[in-house]
Amino acid sequence: MLLVGGYALAFYWAPEDADQGFSQKIFYLHVPIALTAYAAFGWGAWKALRLLWTGDRRYDLESYTAVHIGVIFGLLTLVTGSIWAKISWGEWWTWGERQLVLFLILFLFYSSYFMLRYSTEPGPRRERNSAVYALFGVVLIPVSFLAVRIAGTILHPTVFTHEGANLPWQMLVCFLICLGGMLALAGTFYRVELAGKRADASLRELRELLA
Amino acid sequence: MTTAEKYVTGAYLVLLGALLVYLLIIALKVSRLEQELTDLTRLAREKLGG
Repeated sequence: MLLVGGYALAFYWAPEDADQGFSQKIFYLHVPIALTAYAAFGWGAWKALRLLWTGDRRYDLESYTAVHIGVIFGLLTLVTGSIWAKISWGEWWTWGERQLVLFLILFLFYSSYFMLRYSTEPGPRRERNSAVYALFGVVLIPVSFLAVRIAGTILHPTVFTHEGANLPWQMLVCFLICLGGMLALAGTFYRVELAGKRADASLRELRELLA
Repeated sequence: MTTAEKYVTGAYLVLLGALLVYLLIIALKVSRLEQELTDLTRLAREKLGG
């Protein structure tokens, strides 16, 4: 509901950007998706930290699910970002942009998480290794997020600065609604996937008991 | 439809497509879980002699 409402407002109520015109409407899609990917990776790292801290094994599945959601949203970020780049810069990808390359590194780093996870046998060792890996990856998030500001790039736009949001209030309202909607969507995915994985694990246990 | 409009539509369709694929995967998973649960219920009944 939030997403549909946010996008309806973005298309029919928010003013068109003076510089980018209609193509700026991707902003309401691309940026919330990217921030949601960061949030999912951060959530995965938090759950990994809880696992290492408490030793409670249920955090392993939660961390894994969050990383999985983060990778899905990370892929969507790269695809929508490429489409926006094609309209704005005339090319699908540019290696000269630090933020793009750093996001790609972040995405590939977390994609490798699954290779690491499934290369070891299930058990405490796998859970610990996965948790340490997920925790390491979180360091890349602020680096990726701040790269555009540190580099002082001229291609990738910087909307949110130290002085506040660099856009009209109508755009900001639409953006915040879309961000809320995207986070809610990711949260729903997370809960559904986690419930599925837990049910799967319980059924496996039950099958072993009945065998 | 201008080029920008085509690309913007394409970007939003990417999200819609991803949502539909996700729903399909979840639907397949739920039906697999349901099947497994049915099998296990039958197995439990046999074991308990019910």
